[in-house]
Amino acid sequence: MSECAKAINMSGAEIVTVAVRRVNISDKNKPLLMDYIDPKKITYLPNTAGCFNSKEALRTLRLAREIGGWKLVKLEVLGDKENLFPDMIETLKSTEVLAKEGFKVMVYCNDDPLMAKRLENVGAAAIMPLAAPIGSGLGIQNKINIQIIRKQTKLPLIIDAGLGQASDATIAMELGCDGVLVNTAIAKAKKPFDMALAFKNAVIAGRQSYNSGRIDKILMGNPSSPLKGII
Amino acid sequence: MKKIKIKVNGKIRSISETCTLLDLIKDLEIPMKKVAIELNEEIIDKKNINKIKLKQNDKIEIVHFIGGG
Repeated sequence: MSECAKAINMSGAEIVTVAVRRVNISDKNKPLLMDYIDPKKITYLPNTAGCFNSKEALRTLRLAREIGGWKLVKLEVLGDKENLFPDMIETLKSTEVLAKEGFKVMVYCNDDPLMAKRLENVGAAAIMPLAAPIGSGLGIQNKINIQIIRKQTKLPLIIDAGLGQASDATIAMELGCDGVLVNTAIAKAKKPFDMALAFKNAVIAGRQSYNSGRIDKILMGNPSSPLKGII
Repeated sequence: MKKIKIKVNGKIRSISETCTLLDLIKDLEIPMKKVAIELNEEIIDKKNINKIKLKQNDKIEIVHFIGGG
C-alpha cells in the first residue's frame, strides 16, 4: 500500500478510485487504505468496478456514500466478462437514478457520441469514454469519436481505460480531454514509479500542446526559412 | 443468556440475544467512521445503530474502501 501511495504521489493524480469491499473482520490489524492515502489530500472516487448490473452498482454507491458522505462517484456497469465493455443501457438507467438521488456521477462509457449525449441529458457530471478495452494498453482507438464528444459537451471529459503508455495520455489531452484515468499502464509497468512520473509529464505536455493551438496539416512541404534574399 | 446466530460478512457468528448493532461493531473493534453497514440489504444510518437489536438470522455487511477501480 505504501508503493501505491508513492506512485499516486509521483503521478500527480488528484483523484483516486476506490472500491467498496467487505471489512476483514478476522484480521483487525490489516492496514486501511485511509492510513496510507489521506482523503483530505487526494479525492477518493468510489467506483463500481466489477458490477454487471444496475442493482449492484446502485447498492455499491449508496454504501459508499454512507461511509463518508461521498457524493462524487464513478459509475461503471460492465456488460461482458471477456471484453469488459460497458453495458450502456444499464449504465444510462443507473446514471439517471443516481443523479436524482443527488450523486455527482462520473460515467465510464463507450466512445459513442450519441450515448455520451444521452448520459449528459440524464445528469452525468463527467463523461469518461474508454480509449480501448480495460487493461488492454491499446491506446485511443477512435480519436474522431473522442473529438466529437469533446465538441458537443462542456462536461469534464476523461479518458478511462485502455491507455498503455505515457504518449497515449498526451494524445488524449491534445484531443481536448480534461484528464485521464490510469491504472494498469502504471501498476503493471516494469518500473511503476518512473511510469507514474512519465504520465504526469505526458498529461502536462498534452494540455499545453492543446492550449497552444497546433498548426494546420498540409499535404506538401512548406519551407520554414524565408526564401527572400536567397543566394 | 440465550444466544442467537447471525451472519456477518458471510460468516456465521453467535451473539447474545440482547446484542445491538452497536455492541456488535464495538465487539469487532471496527472504526465506525470508516465503514458502512447494511442490515438485511438495507443501509443503516450509523446514528441509529445503538437502537437496533439484532435478531436470529440477521445478515450484516460491513464494508470499507480499498484501492481499485
